[in-house]
Amino acid sequence: MSRELSGIATIALRDFIKFLRDRMRILFSLVFPFVFIGVLGGSLQANLGPEIGYNFLMFTFTGVLGSTLFQSTASGIISLISDRESDFSQEIFVSPISRYSIILGKILGESLVALAQGIGIFGFGLIMGIPITFQQVLAVMPALIAACLLGGAFGVMVLANLSNQRAANQIFPLVIFPQFFLSGAFSPIRELPIYLFALSRISPMTYVVDLIRNFYYFGSPEYDKVVLHTPLYNLTIIVAFFVVFLIIGTYLFVRNERNK
Amino acid sequence: MKDAIVVENLVKRYKKAEKNAVDDISFTVGEGEFFTLLGPNGAGKTTTIAILTTTLAKTSGNLKIAGFDIDKNPSEVRGRIGVIFQSPSLDENLTAEENVRFHSILYGLYPFSPLYSLMPKSYKDRVAALAEVLGIQNDLHKAIKTFSGGMKRKLEIIRSLMHHPSVLFLDEPTSGLDPLSRKNLWEYLGEVRAKEKTTIFLTTHYLEESEDADHVCVINNGKIEMYGTPRDIKKKMIQEYILMDSKDKSDLRSELTKSGLKFQETEHFKVELGGKRAQQIIQTIKTELSFLTIHSPTLEEAYFKIIEPPQKDE
Repeated sequence: MSRELSGIATIALRDFIKFLRDRMRILFSLVFPFVFIGVLGGSLQANLGPEIGYNFLMFTFTGVLGSTLFQSTASGIISLISDRESDFSQEIFVSPISRYSIILGKILGESLVALAQGIGIFGFGLIMGIPITFQQVLAVMPALIAACLLGGAFGVMVLANLSNQRAANQIFPLVIFPQFFLSGAFSPIRELPIYLFALSRISPMTYVVDLIRNFYYFGSPEYDKVVLHTPLYNLTIIVAFFVVFLIIGTYLFVRNERNK
Repeated sequence: MKDAIVVENLVKRYKKAEKNAVDDISFTVGEGEFFTLLGPNGAGKTTTIAILTTTLAKTSGNLKIAGFDIDKNPSEVRGRIGVIFQSPSLDENLTAEENVRFHSILYGLYPFSPLYSLMPKSYKDRVAALAEVLGIQNDLHKAIKTFSGGMKRKLEIIRSLMHHPSVLFLDEPTSGLDPLSRKNLWEYLGEVRAKEKTTIFLTTHYLEESEDADHVCVINNGKIEMYGTPRDIKKKMIQEYILMDSKDKSDLRSELTKSGLKFQETEHFKVELGGKRAQQIIQTIKTELSFLTIHSPTLEEAYFKIIEPPQKDE
């Protein structure tokens, strides 16, 4: 294995091990899904479920799965801003490994972390009584990986344009929270006023949430009520976003990194 | 002696800053040398180290490390330096061995392996030897958050030496350590220098740590105020003198006057050496002395003289 590949694998493994040994972070990563699936999904299902014509708890569950994985990977990447002045990250930046490999390793590592959180969300879904079969988990897996990778590339794009942690703390919620609602993770977005429609369709999270539903609801009677686009359409947009974010983001990050 | 570090006309002005953080400095550090960069907070020390370690871009100037231009060959430079940062650079949740392993893989010493047990024997032997130096044979696979501050610093140094760097940058490595840990760390660094012939580039606020340096460079407001061996700097800045006294002050006074020695009478008689050795002067004194001390200046005194008036903090 070349030094760069070894480096990428090392950076990814480090992120994953750090996550597994941080009990508070593991606990915290399950709080959001609990609030959204349990509280929001549960109450909406009880009040609106019968009228909508599909199980709202299941709808929220798939939405939370996509949005959590996307958001978790993105925020993990953005933590590079503060990390580089603390702990082992300082070492990474003075090591001979290329800056591009650092970004790739970080995306892979944060994706692994997000997927581990995904397992927690599945577990939580089962406890809530959401029907999940093993086949469904397997079928959804590629879409989950796509959600992580796109979240990572989105994170790189945000990271490249922010100079310090303070800016990151202020800007990141602004670009991520509206997406939770615009992407249709928690609420149906089939009918939207034109301005919200436009915003929802430029929001990358929309496509990862929809892709997960493509796979999860495949073959079920609710498919047409729940899903917005075809899997191919979603995948094409995801790949396009991924390539553009990753190339422009990494270029800007590498360029700005040393120019202070 | 070849130069390990060459700095020519280095200038750094941060974006939106009105003045240069580093203002046209030049110096060289020879191979195997122990070099110290001193200066008050905000003088430009950390900026200089960040540029030399390739994490910050310069505004202008020419810089070479181990013969490689840091702009043209940053990767070559990174592979030949080790850095001990001001703030700890170990992952607290990882074990000592993991911290060392990840470093080694990033520097291309060994291929990636997710587990210690899968690493080659040469790596395991080396880690075992390092564990012995630190006395952590039993704690090698424990999270380092259980280690003391001094042990962590030592582990960082050991880790940074894994790839046999030609230059080791130490940015205030002993700040926050207790005196005993500091002493141990310096003893260990002394052994490293003797064994590995590593060039040491140090910034520190503890001036006594620079007394053994080959060269000291004092910077202030981004400019070099003084450069030389600690001995030269002390000689230039601080006069050596003898303090003496006698029960019979008038006898001593007249003897000193007669012998033509320059002196001041304060609490004691402060006699300037005037180019002579202390021994020579003492031998000429016949009056019985009740007090005698030779004042040899410290680098700290010289430093305070150089940077006065007191500077504002960062």
